[in-house]
Amino acid sequence: MRVLMFGWEFPPYISGGLGTACFGLTQALSRLGVEIIFVLPHIRGRVEATHVEIRSAAEVIREAKDGITEFSPYLVASSFQNGRSFSGEYTARILEEVQAYGYAGEKIARREQFDLIHAHDWMTVFAGFYARRASGKPYIYHVHSLELDRSGEHVNKDIFEIESFGLKEADHIISVSYYTRSIIINRYGISPEKITVVHNAVSRREGREKFKVKKKSKEKIVLFLGRITFQKGPDYFVEAAARVIKVFPEVRFVMAGTGDMMPAIVERVASLGLGQYFHFTGFLQGEEVDRMYAMSDLYVMPSVSEPFGITPLEAMLYDVPVIISRQSGISEVVRHALKVDFWDVEGLANLMISALRYPALTEELTEQSRQELKNIHWDRSAEKVVNLYNRLCS
Amino acid sequence: MPSVCLYFQVHQPLRHRRFSVFDIGRGLSYEDEQMNRQILNKVAEKCYLPANSLMLELIEKHRGKFRLSFSMSGIVLEQLLRWRPDVLESFVKLAKTGAVEFLGETYYHSLASLYSLAEFRKQVMLHQAAMERHFAFVPRVFRNTELIYCNSLAAEVEKMGFVAMLAEGADRILGWRSPNYVYRATAADKLRVLLRNYRLSDDVAFRFSESSWPEYPLLADKYANWINQAAQNSQTVNLFMDYETFGEHQWAETGIFEFLRALPEEVLKLPEMEFLTPSEVVEKYEPVGELDVPDPMSWADMERDLSAWIGNHMQNDAIRTVYGLESEVLGRGDGELLETWRRLQTSDYFYYMCTKWFADGDVHKYFNPYPSPYEAYINYMNILDDFTQRVKGGEGR
Repeated sequence: MRVLMFGWEFPPYISGGLGTACFGLTQALSRLGVEIIFVLPHIRGRVEATHVEIRSAAEVIREAKDGITEFSPYLVASSFQNGRSFSGEYTARILEEVQAYGYAGEKIARREQFDLIHAHDWMTVFAGFYARRASGKPYIYHVHSLELDRSGEHVNKDIFEIESFGLKEADHIISVSYYTRSIIINRYGISPEKITVVHNAVSRREGREKFKVKKKSKEKIVLFLGRITFQKGPDYFVEAAARVIKVFPEVRFVMAGTGDMMPAIVERVASLGLGQYFHFTGFLQGEEVDRMYAMSDLYVMPSVSEPFGITPLEAMLYDVPVIISRQSGISEVVRHALKVDFWDVEGLANLMISALRYPALTEELTEQSRQELKNIHWDRSAEKVVNLYNRLCS
Repeated sequence: MPSVCLYFQVHQPLRHRRFSVFDIGRGLSYEDEQMNRQILNKVAEKCYLPANSLMLELIEKHRGKFRLSFSMSGIVLEQLLRWRPDVLESFVKLAKTGAVEFLGETYYHSLASLYSLAEFRKQVMLHQAAMERHFAFVPRVFRNTELIYCNSLAAEVEKMGFVAMLAEGADRILGWRSPNYVYRATAADKLRVLLRNYRLSDDVAFRFSESSWPEYPLLADKYANWINQAAQNSQTVNLFMDYETFGEHQWAETGIFEFLRALPEEVLKLPEMEFLTPSEVVEKYEPVGELDVPDPMSWADMERDLSAWIGNHMQNDAIRTVYGLESEVLGRGDGELLETWRRLQTSDYFYYMCTKWFADGDVHKYFNPYPSPYEAYINYMNILDDFTQRVKGGEGR
């Protein structure tokens, strides 16, 4: 089995969960004997992964001397996608990029030998579509997130339309959760039989023990790590924190990440007079992320709409107990976490205080989630994907 | 002539309201009265009323040859008294037939036997008084919460004047021996022990409506045959289960009531077979051996140990905290505080915190009003925090 895969991120070109998920999935697929050609928008320097053959869309376009060859990173793309900070010019630009990536996809498809096309998220919809037209091979659209998750009701209509087009055209759809699957059915009108759920997983990293720091301060650290955008619910985090501080003042709230809601969030914290309890670290990378998890006593993911949400699993790898919103794919996978509806600020505060006050609760949560993590690995997800490959190719 | 000995447990916990950390110190009550009333009404209609009327019918039809026993917690008794006196009346009617025995237990369906023997004795006495008051019956046979049993407890129960105690017929205790005999307790010479035949009991309680079970559907004649086989060269086949099996765990649609209706006749048809209540069994038979149980065992889950109630950090923390309040609560000399503290000891609260989801998860989930054991623990600890403030602060709620 040889697969032509289209993505937008791949380590080290990575800004969110998409690149990490693509890496974990392709690694497990290659262990099952799947050969993968992985197309990225562009490559600077070397990609270390040896389990996939990397192709650069920009290079293909340069050779053909038609169209743009510079691509925006996913992070920028997704931060402007929020309807409330809409910038017409930039949108035109990303749509152009997506188009150009699509043409490159067609050219690559003509050159390569493969059995099947597997394309991740809306940016690769045209590439998947053109590649199928050029090759006649089946096209899988793998949905990691949707415009409706990212922007609520303030959707970018162009992106929504590209998604709808891809979902209708694709021969099959993979969604990262049942939560996302139901949005695809109900909001995009796609028939349920066409969608297979494959949950994400988490790769164990080596050497995380070294980050297990002994804390000097007796203050507890509560972590929010993710883009500070509408989708991630940072405002609910702040409102709950304000209630926690009244009951349990020996606490610090760390918000790690950037995004278009950052100014509003900082302002809200200031107007509540809670600046001394909050730290804003900006976007963290690599070892900084590991260290941040290791320092934390509690991880909170209050997402408004989260197709999957890999960060709680990462926190669990550091024995950090987690609170997650029920409006997330991860809540389908993880039992040993505290769960709350994102809008229930009081409920969230109650759980946060409980996790800070009752050591027996966090001990139990971490012990149980260590067991649980053993069953969440990419091999299991990859097996489901290979079964689907075989079905579509037979 | 071997016997069939039936015992049914009647219990409904008082479920708590959602109690957030922000509710602490606000003077709120702990119980969700509406939910408790709703559940009691549901169980009354689906189980207690139809099952009691069937039991009465069967006793009358077989002129007292059909005999059985109940153990009823004080917690459910109070709820019946308050909301469903008609159901209580139907139990009284059964008591008056002379074919029904009532067993002793802790009034609050608690785990006090493991944490405070003084408290345990008081709760058993409270329960005895309630049985005498409502059913004119003084219990002579004891069944501890969830059939928890061990040597030291048997000795304590003997001292309290009981002639016998019920326990689980666990393989690890019996080894090659059979549960279908009367045993003597180690360290309690006079106390007899009756052991649950868990295979035959669970055939009804758990497997009855399981269509994937090879024996499905289970009919009364087949089941009576199994009882007969088990009873060969034995003394007694002890079938112990929750009373809610009839109509609540196994819905009426499964045919459980038809099964129950036909069973006495099928059993009494067999040569040399009779129904006896627990105290009649121990009067009739001499013990065949001694039962040595150094560590507590119960009738729960595959493990038959205490891990469903005190198997994890949260459960241990919660139960130690509540029993840690004993001397302070007693010191206050306040009847209402004492009553509240005792109600907080009901074993179900700790059961809700059980994290053994994977092996025995299904049955736990069925009985759990909380979405997760973590929320059960948080809710309980918040309530306990509020209660502790009341005990220490000296203010009534």
